[in-house]
Amino acid sequence: MQAVLRVLLKRLGTSVIVLIGVSMLIFAIARVIPGDPARIALGPNATAEQVEQLRTALHLDQPIAVQYLEFLRDLGQGDLGMSLYTNRPVAQDIAQFLPATLELIFVAGALMILIGLPLGMIAARYRGRWPDDLVRVIAMLGVSAPSFVWAVVLMLVFAFFLPIFPVAGRLAEGFDVPTVTGFLTVDSLLAGDPAAFVSTLHHIALPAFALALSGIGQAARLTRANMVETYDRPYVEMARSYGWPEHRIATRYAFKPSLIPSLTIIGLDFAAMLGNAFLVEAVFAWPGLSRYGVEVILRKDLNAIVGTVLVISAAFLIVNIIVDLLTAVINPRIRYSERAK
Amino acid sequence: MRRVIGILLANPLSLLGVVLVALVVLGAVFADFLAPFPEHRGAVVDFLNFNRPPEWPYIFGTDLVGRDLFSRILYAYRISLMLGVVVLAIAVPIGVTIGLLAGYLGGVWEYLLMRLTDVFLSIPPLVLAMSIMGLLEPTLINGMLAVTAMWWPWYTRLVYTITRGEKEEGYVLAAEVIGASRSHVMFREILPNCVPAVITKMTLDLGFVILIASSLSFLGLGVQPPTPDLGSMVAEGADYLPDSWWLTVFPGLAILVAVFGFNLVGDALRDILGAER
Repeated sequence: MQAVLRVLLKRLGTSVIVLIGVSMLIFAIARVIPGDPARIALGPNATAEQVEQLRTALHLDQPIAVQYLEFLRDLGQGDLGMSLYTNRPVAQDIAQFLPATLELIFVAGALMILIGLPLGMIAARYRGRWPDDLVRVIAMLGVSAPSFVWAVVLMLVFAFFLPIFPVAGRLAEGFDVPTVTGFLTVDSLLAGDPAAFVSTLHHIALPAFALALSGIGQAARLTRANMVETYDRPYVEMARSYGWPEHRIATRYAFKPSLIPSLTIIGLDFAAMLGNAFLVEAVFAWPGLSRYGVEVILRKDLNAIVGTVLVISAAFLIVNIIVDLLTAVINPRIRYSERAK
Repeated sequence: MRRVIGILLANPLSLLGVVLVALVVLGAVFADFLAPFPEHRGAVVDFLNFNRPPEWPYIFGTDLVGRDLFSRILYAYRISLMLGVVVLAIAVPIGVTIGLLAGYLGGVWEYLLMRLTDVFLSIPPLVLAMSIMGLLEPTLINGMLAVTAMWWPWYTRLVYTITRGEKEEGYVLAAEVIGASRSHVMFREILPNCVPAVITKMTLDLGFVILIASSLSFLGLGVQPPTPDLGSMVAEGADYLPDSWWLTVFPGLAILVAVFGFNLVGDALRDILGAER
């Protein structure tokens, strides 16, 4: 356990450095742009005096290094500044829109693991035979179209031609779920409303699947590749010579070691999903961070852009730390080598 | 080289990939001759024929201002491919050089360069490109810039990992012992061993650059109208589902065909070149 703790501390340290780097990068990009954010926010009818006032209020008249330090100080207090688009604190905006996006991503991530890993196992188990080829084509198709194309295709087939799933929204009308976590699936359970829970799952199914498809493809391909490698190891040969059934060899001996590299890729796929959620949300009118993000980008709402990117990057880093920890817990080599030191 | 092509054509899946890539590339290059309505790539309106379902002579139908979708898709391929080639032509040398430096020099260089890479890798690629694209003006050049900014770190990662492995190999030590310069060791000794992996990744990435560029323009942060672009075509058509399905389905399929083709070829190359090492 001590070794796992050490991994955690080390990763937290690097993550903070990286996050500071991200903030500098995005801050720099946001400040070197042409166009005056104060002027854009106030519109063409504002007087020069009003623009100047807002510039002073936003510290836009100070050198960039001073602006950055001010920004860091506010950030330490959980203050991301005001959004010029919604006229509310950015932190408050993000807190409102983020849960819907995270919920979508978590469900998609679960689908990716629950579908992708078994597909990869099947492919490796029947290597070189038709299930292998089939999985390969499915996986390749999954990664070959952006998620907005899958979203459109799924919507066309399963919401219009076969009206099984709803076209948009998070919950059917008539339900009233009090907000606790912002995750409607969780909130409906907390409210003790099973019908609402079913409705939330019904609504999230299509967008989550559209978002998961490329991840499913990557998880399947990677699991197959790793398992094919472990299948060639002597201990698999030995297990076979003991006469153990083929499915047990597949799950216990070939799959388990291949899980470790798969976990890393799942972390990376999670990052891709944080971006791709923007595309899927746009198609399904999912009330998440997407519309906010695109809107603030188009309006050059600096505080909101910097805040959104920072929060998304932080979410990505947290997921990667969790992945690293899981790896450390699973992998006996890390668990023991650290202790030996 | 001839052997590689031979293997590519022998496997049905990679053969399919070669055919798809060839169709896309030829369609883009000879768009002027193949497109039934070459003038429809620009801001043309033909309100007599707007929003037509697929029928002769509009084999993919027409869009909301009466332009032939098939012609526009061919020209969109041309721009996407050009973007992909330019992005890789800039991102790959940058990424490879940084990866070589970090992997071979080690020490402080390794720490600084890899943390820099981590910073770029910690922002989800699409979000990074979106921010750059949104803050600058959405033009073709800025699109290339935004996608390039998110692309180089992957090559750094790849080359860094290989370099770290190769650094301990006998041939590198031999070169060092006879007094070869650092740049000679990096670019003449180690780099050739990175080439197969880099080429494979480039083939795959040509498809993925098309995918990302279309995602950006789908959100309205990419190439601007009237320039034909597969992503913005899907976005325009999405409001008219399910009745005018051709507006989204054909551009969407066009993206799928191109990326799928590059993926199949890249995947086959990985198997072939990987086995050669």
